[in-house]
Amino acid sequence: MKNAMTIARRELGGYFASPVAYVFLVIFLLLTGFFTFMMGNFFLRNEASLMSFFVWHPWLYMLLVPAVGMRLWAEELRMGTLELLFTMPVTPGQAIWGKFLAGWVFLGLALLLTLPMVFTAYYLGQPDGGPILTGYIGSFLMAGAYLAISGMTSACTRNQVISFITSVVICLLLVLAGYPPVTNILLKWGAPNAMVEFAAGLSVVFHFESMQRGVLDLRDLVYFCSLISFAIFSTGVLLKSRRA
Amino acid sequence: MIKTIEVQKSFGSSLAVDRVSFEVKKGEVLGFLGPNGAGKSTTMRMITGFLPLSGGKILIGGHDIEEQPLQAKRLMGYLPENAPAYADMSVLGFLRFIAKIRGLKAVEAEAAVEKAIATCHLEKVRFQIIDTLSKGYLHRVCFAQAILHDPPILILDEPTDGLDPNQKHEMRQLIKEMGKHKAIIVSTHILEEVEAICTRVIIIDQGKLVFNGSPDELLAQSPQSGQISLRVLGRKPEELREKLKDLPGLGTVSIKEEKDGALAATLSAKAEKSLPAARVARLMQEANWEFDQLYTSKGRLDDVFRRITSLDSAEEVAK
Repeated sequence: MKNAMTIARRELGGYFASPVAYVFLVIFLLLTGFFTFMMGNFFLRNEASLMSFFVWHPWLYMLLVPAVGMRLWAEELRMGTLELLFTMPVTPGQAIWGKFLAGWVFLGLALLLTLPMVFTAYYLGQPDGGPILTGYIGSFLMAGAYLAISGMTSACTRNQVISFITSVVICLLLVLAGYPPVTNILLKWGAPNAMVEFAAGLSVVFHFESMQRGVLDLRDLVYFCSLISFAIFSTGVLLKSRRA
Repeated sequence: MIKTIEVQKSFGSSLAVDRVSFEVKKGEVLGFLGPNGAGKSTTMRMITGFLPLSGGKILIGGHDIEEQPLQAKRLMGYLPENAPAYADMSVLGFLRFIAKIRGLKAVEAEAAVEKAIATCHLEKVRFQIIDTLSKGYLHRVCFAQAILHDPPILILDEPTDGLDPNQKHEMRQLIKEMGKHKAIIVSTHILEEVEAICTRVIIIDQGKLVFNGSPDELLAQSPQSGQISLRVLGRKPEELREKLKDLPGLGTVSIKEEKDGALAATLSAKAEKSLPAARVARLMQEANWEFDQLYTSKGRLDDVFRRITSLDSAEEVAK
């Protein structure tokens, strides 16, 4: 655990040592603001809630989180520092979790910086605190899932562009799986209802939606946690196979 | 301290390292030679636990690198080829990170970092971002990283690569000094380095171990080894040949007339016989001939290296 924290701290320091962190934060905040107020009609809804804020997160994260995750391993592979890291007395698990946590904490920080949105809602009316809290929890978990997936694609290649594009596509699939255009196609093909439900159940949006409504379902938590664990585990396998 | 037993590594169907066994004890500096692509770096990467083995076993201070990787890795410092380091960190920040991940406590860590900075002459760049360092400095930063925790074992992959002659000299002195108390493996292309710092040499070629012995034993395999060079002034070639004819143990003599009229002769001993230079000197003195050069050649490493490492390929061509 101590080693993982050391690695996480170094990684996090790396974000802020370069302009990457600041560019990311500014763009993330600008885009969340733009989508919430302009596209989401925050004011026209005439209700004090953050629905129009959270609803964009699956889409925003789809583009922005891979930008954070793409360098996790691709950079180490490119610079050769992987050799340094893996000849230190740390286990691969510690290294992988450490780097993942750094990215996750960074995304959490970006999310915290959107708190003025909450203050705005409270200033304008009496929003229900529950959905806001669970919305934030869900958003953070979703960011973690996307990040773990980007980390996984990052372990496949020393090229950050390839890593970025691959993870965007995987995240896109995860988002789309629950949308009617996709589920309708499946229905049209004569897929049994159970299978369509299963496909929709894989969707991030499906699990995030209930959290936006203020429902903290164990199944949703299990979904996000298993997505993260799976991607982290795959990262380990991929990194090992690269060395074999 | 380091023991490799029948180590094998295959990438796909090609065998990069083929049953290599050797041992390095405390107080030894092992020179690891071989042509490019012979499997030097691959072997070092297996020793340091970066690459998994395809076969065989590696023991680091008694710990199997695959079974007890953490214990084994704690005993080692490693300078990888091309000296990788986190480009976005400062030199100080990087070394502090390494100290922490090596498990040094705060006070120890600070002392270790300062010592490494002093040993590797990094005072001038301690706050500089690694990305902006010159190649020589980068190499020294990575070397500092390897010696930071004062490990009993050092694995150095081309430690003098990219250094200028002064830095090379200093690095060699450093390795030689540390070699007294540590077990060190140094891979290199530079043969003079082997003579300067190594107590033992192994050569691998196409994944196989082709030589394991002292630098002197390696030199003895040179055709020039034991040859005597003599430069005589003011005589004719025939005279010299006549004079040397009865020298006991003499094999072949080649005489070359130089521009200033002096004669440069190369004398080699008959097989299994010795030809001491002192005997030649006595001969010259008794005859009262003037000579201004007389020495016994130690042999040339690059010749031996070329002979040993191209032997296999030559045989293969012959087949």
